[in-house]
Amino acid sequence: MSDRTPPPAASGAPPRLQLEGIGKVYPGVVANEGIDLAVRPGEIRAILGENGAGKSTLMKIIYGVTRPSAGRILWEGQAVQVENPAHARSLGIGMVFQHFSLFETLSVAENVALALPGRPALDELSRRIAEVSERYGLPVDPRRRIHALSVGERQRVEIIRCLLQHPRLLILDEPTSVLTPQAVRKLFGTLRQLSAEGCSILYISHKLDEIQALCHTATVLRGGRVSGECIPARETAQSMASLMIGRALPHCEHTAARADGELRLRLAGLSHASDDPFGTDLQDIHLDLHAGEVVGIAGVSGNGQQALLRAISGEDTLAEKFPVQICGVEAGRLGPAQRRRLGLCFVPEERLGRGVVPDLSLADNALLTAAYSQAMVAAGFLRAGRAHRFARRCIEAFGVKCGGSGALAGSLSGGNLQKFIIGREILQAPKVFVCAQPTWGVDVGAAAFIRQSIIDLRDRGCAVLVVSEEVDELFEICDRIAVIAKGRLSPARPAAGATVEEIGVWMSGMWPGAEPATHVEAANA
Amino acid sequence: MLELEARAEPSRLMSCLSPLLAVALMLAGGLLVFSALGKDPGEGFRVFFLNPIKDLYGISELLLKATPLMLCAIGLAIGFRANIWNIGAEGQFMLGAVAATGIALHFDASDGALLLPAMVVAGALGGAAWAAIPALLRTRFNANEILVSLMLVYVAQLFVSWLVFGPWMDPDGFNFPQTRMFGDAALLPALLDGTRLHLGFALAITVLVAGHAFMNRSHAGFRMRVAGQAPDAARYAGFSAARTVWTGLLLGGAAAGLAGMAEVAGPMGQLTDKVGSGYGFAAIIVAFVGRLNAFGIFLASLLMALLYIGGEQAQQYLNLPSSISMVFQGMLLFFLLGADVLINYRLRLRRRAG
Repeated sequence: MSDRTPPPAASGAPPRLQLEGIGKVYPGVVANEGIDLAVRPGEIRAILGENGAGKSTLMKIIYGVTRPSAGRILWEGQAVQVENPAHARSLGIGMVFQHFSLFETLSVAENVALALPGRPALDELSRRIAEVSERYGLPVDPRRRIHALSVGERQRVEIIRCLLQHPRLLILDEPTSVLTPQAVRKLFGTLRQLSAEGCSILYISHKLDEIQALCHTATVLRGGRVSGECIPARETAQSMASLMIGRALPHCEHTAARADGELRLRLAGLSHASDDPFGTDLQDIHLDLHAGEVVGIAGVSGNGQQALLRAISGEDTLAEKFPVQICGVEAGRLGPAQRRRLGLCFVPEERLGRGVVPDLSLADNALLTAAYSQAMVAAGFLRAGRAHRFARRCIEAFGVKCGGSGALAGSLSGGNLQKFIIGREILQAPKVFVCAQPTWGVDVGAAAFIRQSIIDLRDRGCAVLVVSEEVDELFEICDRIAVIAKGRLSPARPAAGATVEEIGVWMSGMWPGAEPATHVEAANA
Repeated sequence: MLELEARAEPSRLMSCLSPLLAVALMLAGGLLVFSALGKDPGEGFRVFFLNPIKDLYGISELLLKATPLMLCAIGLAIGFRANIWNIGAEGQFMLGAVAATGIALHFDASDGALLLPAMVVAGALGGAAWAAIPALLRTRFNANEILVSLMLVYVAQLFVSWLVFGPWMDPDGFNFPQTRMFGDAALLPALLDGTRLHLGFALAITVLVAGHAFMNRSHAGFRMRVAGQAPDAARYAGFSAARTVWTGLLLGGAAAGLAGMAEVAGPMGQLTDKVGSGYGFAAIIVAFVGRLNAFGIFLASLLMALLYIGGEQAQQYLNLPSSISMVFQGMLLFFLLGADVLINYRLRLRRRAG
């Protein structure tokens, strides 16, 4: 925190951006109401709020994606109506979205070219991309196609795309969720450098520690309105949290794990070549997971997490049986449904479209994975009553805010949907519970609840494996932590003795006993 | 000015109303076509849409015409819901007819009670076998089932022609491209005396009910719905993608094959090279106008049958060309696709600001 630059002195110059009484009404929803906001040149202002507080809508209004229903926008003292994102970019506004706006079938360089005016030559552009990615510590190969990139890598492309246009106001929507601690610090260095050069930054986040480390000022949103403004350096995490969620910040109870649990999941030399030419091959992965413990797998996204999870869940089956053993059964060649019957439950990284079907009701989505464990199928026919009862149990036990078991999954907010999915898997009383990114994009209150649910599940004797890119989260809930880098898995070490620094170094592939660095180049240090 | 505004979520009401809107627009378009051709629109409307159903015989003809349409459409709907785009029902229809004809000709002398059931089974198997080709190519080589199933229609047509011009040609048929007439034991019995409506209609209703149960109540149907809406979720749940392809195509083929069987063992009484009369293609429109739903398909097949018969009446009494049926079919599909926009968008009258 000591390296935070002081906020620029107030001067006679007009704010770079000023919002007056901005409101936005969607059919049936008031997303924003009476929002006032001002950002001075060089100021880094946090927009703090839970999911659904109206942060993203407000940013879309500034970036010209949606029009406000009320209020006005002043850009450098002049009233403007931002017609569309191209107009916003021509004004000097750049935005990195939380949900990426990239074309999957095009390469990185082609995607960047689309956002730039004119028709830039791809070779020249690739060189500039390489330059920027080098300078700002955002490694990405300009020739790769987007569909082959991980979530974290896609975000880097978005950031680079903005930086290439030398914006005077940069909007970042939860940019750090997929970066290593070291990479976060590097990004913050970049942002401070931009700020010192006079670029204003709107930094959307719900991570209080980041905001305290980076931002000069903060505007807190709750329920679509401004609930307060503050200087983060003068606040505590608790005081900002209470502005944000209206009550104190919840935290998890984490007692020591049982030491004598039986072996539930064993990865015995799991190797798997990726089907995707740009994917990460898994190489000789070993891991033992016991009943009554939570093991975390840290790592920068794109280092083989997706392949590892698919190999464990059965979405990718293996050529051999032995590399994946679930409760003593060699399961390498079994599909997801068969592994589920061995006691494995799995929460995938993507919710809509993988964890649930958006256009089906919650009851139908309960059928997706719980059909056999909850006897929702008899003689090939569905027992709708049982599916609805089970969905209602998930809703009640996990406090899912929705319109009942008949509500479409796609109508739920991200946090509520994640609670439903986790509830659906946990309430099947799994023997092995594997969870990817348990709190990605979930608000603080829901995240604490989900973490506590995972620890409670462990205390009931379940073996839990959590794959997350948020190192702090892993330290909060895990008994042991391993790191995945370049498709290899480090040994798991007790979380109690480890530090974030150490795990951060391991995330670049340099753990004791790892292959020489010629083979495993530093990924993201 | 009039604007389209995205709805917060798809409108279920519009999803039901849009076929009705399409029918209304088709009728309005039809009136314009009649006037443009110099016919009295009122008279045209009466001949086209009311004449065919003015008496019991007319209604029985309508149901007869609707039988193959609803059979083909319900089978297609099962696949369409799972994003299996079988558009070769026409070919599967012909192969079903061929298989049933093969049994009928082989057991020509038989008057056993098992002959018709055997033909029903053969018809379904014949259609399913033809649909198995795109299924195999899709699951083994990832060949696009739209192209493969469509191209196989033309192969099927040539195969039928070869049969009726060659080995199966009626020796006493004055060289017409047709087989012998089937024996009485190989013909579906009439449902109503004095009409051509036959047992195939009851069979089609049974298949509609079974199709409804399969799509909405069975676990297999649920798996196919998931596969269609979210392939990654199906994979996560452990539903086999290959099995979805096979089920969608085989059931679609079997239903179309049944329709083909009901056609040769019903109104035709023999196999000719004109056996495929576009039912398999019209059924695609029927499936979509019926919202891929069994009851909707029942209504849509009646409408489509009315267009066929109305077109014949219009030729007869109004001197309009035979393509008038196709014009109406085309308008129906066109307006349906247009009206479907309103499921996700609403029309809004807005004054231009600034």
